[in-house]
Amino acid sequence: MTKTRYVRPGGLLAVLLLATLLSGCGINNIPRYDEQVKSAWAQVENQYQRRADLIPNLVETVQGFALQERETLREVTEARSRATSIQISAEDLDDPERMRQFEQAQAQLTGALSRLMAVSERYPELRSNENFLALQSQLEGTENRIAVARRDYVTAVERYNTEIRTFPGRIWHSFLYSDMPIRENFEATTENADQAPRVQFE
Amino acid sequence: MRFASLVALALLIWTAGLAAQQTAGENGFPALSGRVVDQAELLDTQAEARLTQMLAAHEQATSEQVVVVTVPDLQGRSIEEYGVELGRTWGIGQQGEDNGALLIVSRDDRRVRIEVGYGLEGRLTDAQASIIINRILLPAFREGQFERGIVEGTQAMVSVLGGDPLRLPAQRAASQRPEQPPVGIFILLLFVVLGMLGGGRGGKGGRRGRFGRALLAGALLGGMGRGGGGFGGGGGFGGGGGGFGGGGASGGW
Repeated sequence: MTKTRYVRPGGLLAVLLLATLLSGCGINNIPRYDEQVKSAWAQVENQYQRRADLIPNLVETVQGFALQERETLREVTEARSRATSIQISAEDLDDPERMRQFEQAQAQLTGALSRLMAVSERYPELRSNENFLALQSQLEGTENRIAVARRDYVTAVERYNTEIRTFPGRIWHSFLYSDMPIRENFEATTENADQAPRVQFE
Repeated sequence: MRFASLVALALLIWTAGLAAQQTAGENGFPALSGRVVDQAELLDTQAEARLTQMLAAHEQATSEQVVVVTVPDLQGRSIEEYGVELGRTWGIGQQGEDNGALLIVSRDDRRVRIEVGYGLEGRLTDAQASIIINRILLPAFREGQFERGIVEGTQAMVSVLGGDPLRLPAQRAASQRPEQPPVGIFILLLFVVLGMLGGGRGGKGGRRGRFGRALLAGALLGGMGRGGGGFGGGGGFGGGGGGFGGGGASGGW
C-alpha cells in the first residue's frame, strides 16, 4: 500500500512557523551580532588607517614651514610607525592584551598629533597655507570619524555581550555558541580621558 | 482558528516592537518636517521656500538628499555627535547609496556643521566642507546675517555636489549684488542644449550625465532667482535610510 507523498500545506506552514519562531527567539542573534561587531571593528581600523595615511603629507607640509619643530615631527612619525605596525584581525578581537597594545599605540599617535597641531599654531604662514588648511580639516574629519566608529563598535560589543548574558541568548549560547566569548569593550575614549585637560599659559 | 489568532498575535507584538523602536530613536531630535527644518527661526518663509525648491530639484536630478536644519541648541551634545545621530535617525540619503548631507546650525551654541553621508564623502570632502563653513557661513553669521549665510552655504554645498568647483564670494562689493536674470536664462538654455546634444550621442554615460547636470544647474539658477514662487508640492519628504560615519566639518562663530 503506497501512499503518494506530497507536501501538506499544514506541514509546510508548521515548518515555516517553527523557523520564524526560532529566529524570533534569537537563535541567529549571537552570530549576527558577532558579525556586526567585526564589521564595526573593520570600520574603526579603516579610520585609523585613514589617519595614518594623512600623516606623511602633513609632516612634510609642516616641515616646510617649521623646521625648528623637528622633535615634535619625529615623535609623530615614530608614533605613526608604531601604530601602523599593530594590526588587529577579527580573531584578535578576543585578545584583550593585543587590543590594549593597539589602543595604546593609537592613543600615543593621537597625543603626538595634537602636540603637532598645537605647535603649528605658532607659524602664521603655515596657518594660512591652503595645503595645510586642507590637511587640518581632513585630520579633524578623520578624528571625528574615528570617534563615530569607536562609538559604533562600543554599541555593537554591548549588544553582543548583552545577548550572551541575557535570556534567551544565554541558552542559545550555552547550547550552540559556547566558543564565542564575551568581548572586552573599549575602556575610556583616550588616555586620561577621565581627567579634565589642563591649560597652560606661557 | 486558534492557529490564525496566534499568528495575528505574533504579528501584533512584532509591529508593536517596531513602532516602539522607531519612537525611541527620535529622542530629542526635531521632526523631519521638510528639506528645511528651521527650528531656530533663522529663515523667513521665502528663503525657506527657495531652499526647499532648490534641494528638491537637486534630489530629483541626482537622488541625493540635502537637508538644512537649524536648532535653538544641541541639548548639551557636541555638534559632531548631534550631526551623525540626527543624520542616522532621519536616514537622510538613499539606502545603500548613503548619499545624504546635512547643514546644521545651532543658534545658541553658535556652532555650525556640515555632515556628509558615506556616499558623498568623495565629492563633498572634509576640506571643502571646511572651506564652505569658514569662508561662506561663518563670515555671514558673524555679521548676524544668518539667512544669507545659510542660503549661500547651501548653494555652495549643492554646487560642489554637482561637480562644480567651489566659487567663493570674492570680496563682497558694497551691500548687495544685483541679480542678472538674462544671463541666468542664457546659461540655463545653454545647459539644456548641451544636455540634449550629450543625450543624443552619449547613451548611458554614467549615472549623472550632462542632462542631469543641466537639470542641476537649472535647479541652482532657479533657486537663486528672486521670486520664490509657489511651494512645489511641499509635503511628503522623508529620509531614504542613508548612513553617516562622521564625515564633514564644523565651525563656530
